[in-house]
Amino acid sequence: MNAKRTDFLATVIINLIVAAVVGILVFLLAYILISGLPHVSWTFLTGTTDAFSGAGGIGVQLFNSFYLLVLTMLISIPISLGAGIYLAEYAKDNWRTSLIRSAIEVLSSLPSVVVGLFGFLLFVVKFKIGFSVISGAIALTFFNLPLLTRNIEESLSAVSRSQREAGLSLGLSKWKTEIGIILPVALPGIVTGIVLSAGRVFGEAAALIYTAGQSAPVTNFADWNPMDAASPLNPFRPAETLAVHIWKVNTEGLATNAAQLSAAASAVLIIAVLLFNLGARLLGNFLYRRVTASK
Amino acid sequence: MLKQYSFDETAVQTFDDSTSLAMKTENLQVFYGANHAMHDANLAFPKNQITALIGASGSGKSTYLRSLNRMNDGIATVTGKIWYHQVDINEPTVNIYEIRRHIGMVFQRPNPFAKSIRENIVYALRANGLKDKAELEERVEKSLRGAALWDEVKDSLDKSALSLSGGQQQRLCIARSIAMEPDVLLLDEPCSALDPISTVKVEETLLELQKKYTIIIVTHNMQQAARVSSQCAFFHLGHVMEYTSTGNMFSNPQIPVTQDYIAGSFG
Ligand SMILES: Nc1ncnc2c1ncn2[C@@H]1O[C@H](COP(=O)(O)OP(=O)(O)O)[C@@H](O)[C@H]1O
Ligand SMILES: [Mg+2]
Repeated sequence: MNAKRTDFLATVIINLIVAAVVGILVFLLAYILISGLPHVSWTFLTGTTDAFSGAGGIGVQLFNSFYLLVLTMLISIPISLGAGIYLAEYAKDNWRTSLIRSAIEVLSSLPSVVVGLFGFLLFVVKFKIGFSVISGAIALTFFNLPLLTRNIEESLSAVSRSQREAGLSLGLSKWKTEIGIILPVALPGIVTGIVLSAGRVFGEAAALIYTAGQSAPVTNFADWNPMDAASPLNPFRPAETLAVHIWKVNTEGLATNAAQLSAAASAVLIIAVLLFNLGARLLGNFLYRRVTASK
Repeated sequence: MLKQYSFDETAVQTFDDSTSLAMKTENLQVFYGANHAMHDANLAFPKNQITALIGASGSGKSTYLRSLNRMNDGIATVTGKIWYHQVDINEPTVNIYEIRRHIGMVFQRPNPFAKSIRENIVYALRANGLKDKAELEERVEKSLRGAALWDEVKDSLDKSALSLSGGQQQRLCIARSIAMEPDVLLLDEPCSALDPISTVKVEETLLELQKKYTIIIVTHNMQQAARVSSQCAFFHLGHVMEYTSTGNMFSNPQIPVTQDYIAGSFG
């Protein structure tokens, strides 16, 4: 076979593989959306669930998913930002650093069920916090930290050394250079990573079943004092999320229309995740133009 | 096969007390781990003059230059003395951030910040505590004029610095350095990434700037050294071989290694 033919053949095969991947994705999305969307309505999106049968709307679960996401991000972004900056900028190339890196690798390969059970035993049982938003958020933080840290480290390391030298040569401290010069350049990549991880966190169920719990007590959306037991912002109340709800309706739901309910909830979940992905791109591009002052 | 020259035969000028000096190094040595990259450099830099450091690639010019404002901290071990205003700034106790504000640096590849043109200049000033808006604006204009860039960018100060041409970016980097109002300006092959027209502009800028600053410029372009500098030091394999006025260097080099290098019959 001559080089030209080999090349042609390889191109065809690669294109077919790509088409297959895209095809599977489109099929999945279409299937979920087509079977779920017809059952999505305003009352479904905002209504409450019947605690016994699991029938009814997903308003509380939807809120829980977002609230848990926000809490998780509030905890994990500062930590991974610190860890990422440390690894990219300050860590020396020695055994201690490689130990830290291996630890992060291991943490990122832990199955989320294991993380969930760990959270259950430690926070729910041992610390007696009970099934709660906060237990769930901490479990999700474990699950989120490694990827976020690596994303931040990589985004920072990708910024040219010459930018650091420029900052230092002007008498800026290493920290000031990192925060004022390097971080803004890396920000679009970091934000993209954060939003993508938000998508993963949003769809996570296994780590939450035993931490945030499987019940969505009806909360009083007029009460925004996080200290009140009935407040949606109370971090110590159990909070079934959308993903957990889908799992539950499918496994132990008693509603007669369980299949429709889970299909509709899945469609909502998928749309939310797609929006995160789209948002990640738009926000990343927007931020890049903002910080670099390029129009 | 590279010709061997004795490192004992050197011709390094010194200055008597009538010349006021901006900086001076004594027995400066630089080690990259086990690699002894700079041997006993004894150079003095007269105020308000341009000194060129020439020599083949890998001869240690950048290594030497980067030691002068402690940019080798954390990269290499530097021993010896670096005198600046009667202070040995190679002492570990010296505030290196302060030093770098007095001894600015421009690099080989233009490295403007990924910020607007204005922000490139005011960022470090603000970080150093200069908050007054009017004063900042004044510094922007003054430094851009100093770097001969003002007329080209005065209407687009909020545009990204990355949208400028290479030559403009390099002059912005010069402006950014002189905005700090340093004493000494170190430039490491500032024109090597530029086209001939931009190079001429940068050289003209430097000639103008020497009225206010002491300039030390690394170049491996001998014509450039001849055009801009008044003193010239020749580096060879980590040794300073000859240091003299630029006129002497090119018309009457003293030792064989310099003669061969200037004649282009090196090695
Ligand atoms: N960051 C570094 N780490 C290790 N060795 C270096 C580094 N920078 C330069 N060197 C070594 O120092 C010597 C002089 O290099 P350099 O100062 O860059 O020369 P020049 O600027 O004259 O081309 C070379 O042998 C080079 O390999
Ligand atoms: Mg060099």
